[in-house]
Amino acid sequence: MSGTTGIQKGELLLKVRGLSKNFGGVRAVIEVDFDLHQGELLGLIGPNGSGKTTLVNLITGFVKPSGGRVEYRGKNITGLMPYRIARLGIARTFQMAKPFADLPAFKNIVIPLFSPRVRGLSGGRYGDRDSVAKDLLEDVGFERDSSVTFKAAGSLPHGYLKRLELAKCLALRADLIILDELFSGLSIAELASIVPIIEKMMMEGKTIIMIEHRLRELFRIADRVLVLNFGQVIADGKPAEVMESDDVKHAYLGTED
Amino acid sequence: MALHGGNVKHKRRERIDRGIKVRSDDIFALTSYREFLYVSVPPVAPVILLLALPLILPLYWQKVLITTSVFAILALSWDFLVTVGMVSLGQALFFGIGAYLAGYLDIRFALPIWTTIPLATLVGGLLSAILLLPVLRLRGVYFSMVTLVLPLMFERTIEATGWFGGTEGLTGLKSFPNIWIECYLIVIALLLVFFGLRRLVTTDYGLVLTAIKNNDRAVMSGGINIYWMKAQALFITGSIGAFCGAFMTHVYSFVGMPVFALDYSILPLASAVVGGMGTFAGSLLGAFILVPLSEALRGIGGLRTVIYAVSLVVFIVAIPEGIFHYVQRKYQQFERWAEVEN
Repeated sequence: MSGTTGIQKGELLLKVRGLSKNFGGVRAVIEVDFDLHQGELLGLIGPNGSGKTTLVNLITGFVKPSGGRVEYRGKNITGLMPYRIARLGIARTFQMAKPFADLPAFKNIVIPLFSPRVRGLSGGRYGDRDSVAKDLLEDVGFERDSSVTFKAAGSLPHGYLKRLELAKCLALRADLIILDELFSGLSIAELASIVPIIEKMMMEGKTIIMIEHRLRELFRIADRVLVLNFGQVIADGKPAEVMESDDVKHAYLGTED
Repeated sequence: MALHGGNVKHKRRERIDRGIKVRSDDIFALTSYREFLYVSVPPVAPVILLLALPLILPLYWQKVLITTSVFAILALSWDFLVTVGMVSLGQALFFGIGAYLAGYLDIRFALPIWTTIPLATLVGGLLSAILLLPVLRLRGVYFSMVTLVLPLMFERTIEATGWFGGTEGLTGLKSFPNIWIECYLIVIALLLVFFGLRRLVTTDYGLVLTAIKNNDRAVMSGGINIYWMKAQALFITGSIGAFCGAFMTHVYSFVGMPVFALDYSILPLASAVVGGMGTFAGSLLGAFILVPLSEALRGIGGLRTVIYAVSLVVFIVAIPEGIFHYVQRKYQQFERWAEVEN
């Protein structure tokens, strides 16, 4: 059962048509089509190597597509530089958390706050962005004024790194947030505290794409699931329906012949 | 000895900076004049020393001071570029461009020194950034290779084409009125660059530059154009290097192919490594050890280079963290006797 059924679908935010990527002879993503509406939480699942991360890299501009088209709010963003796409309001996290290891945790958040998208909003005077950054860290569950906020990001425990990535997305005031395996490596307790943060983001009207291997947790919050296998979309629908599909069962469990 | 004996007095050693530092590195609670000196002497003394040196040095060593300051500034600019994650093996490029620009402006347009130096600084910075624009996407050793090759390419181009005076160089350029102006101009420039860069890297702008070194992809996903930021950093470094070149052109009243020599690339790098990278103070200290050392060894003759090279190796092997970091650590570990009641 999906936790946020009955949510009113908003305007068309992201439109992906025929998106493909070949790495040499390997067809990593093949002719992917999907739409994403404002306020949706889309789960992106599939076995290892099925092209989930490549698809995200194509949307966010880190990899140039071999073919196809990505539109965001009706604007063609295919092949734009990653920072241009981020400025339009698409934020992402990385599968391997990418903190600025030498900087204190809260200074990590100052980087997206310096982006032209939000530079003016977070105040211009020396230290202004620091306090905005600390507020954002508190929003994702860093204890206010605890020493963790001031520690070098490279020395943070895994759970905090994931929160840090979330805070970076929030700092950019993104409308579409793409989370690449946010739940991986988190304990049950950490999950229990991070899921409410995502639910809060949903209530604020954010649109979210989650690449996830922890399906049980994902299905509790996802409105819709897109299943990839060998670079192709093999199912698209509500979590319960998708898991009934034979294609999906085969992809995850293998065929018997 | 009774553990709860009341007022038995013991002595124990404690670190001087215990009680001075409150929670963070930049808030202090000073309770005595001695503690004030402990905190304030290290940053203030070198500044006073630098400003006093031209007054007490004989003419020869005044000239050494000028060369040393130039290398120190180049080392600072090298260190700054490293903060952004770009390891340059070609500070000579920036230095040489500035030197030739100043010389050309002097010969061709007969501009006064006070115009040639600022113009060469700005245009030199701009040219450096533009020249390196195509390689901004390169990281690590690939970027270094290009910076290593460019000054050599310029040198050979001038030799082959005879432009800018060819192998003869440009002679008879204007010089400074006297050595005092030379000394103080370069020392003040050194201090400005030093404090300017230190301030710059602590601002949010500088923070973004540091982050690019840490992880450029994550900076991009923060909506920041890292290529534009890197180009700006190259402009800053390029201008600083070009200023040094333009300054030396007018000190020598001459500019020739040696301005693109490897010395101007390697010595700044060696200074920063020996002195300690990442603080700027280390680069400054390194230059003020290496350059005068090289001068002092002149008396020995032939073996000079060997001894110089050996001492360089010894420094790097014995204190790989850099002299500044080592001294700083030791300074913070100074202890004093303190009475404790037990």
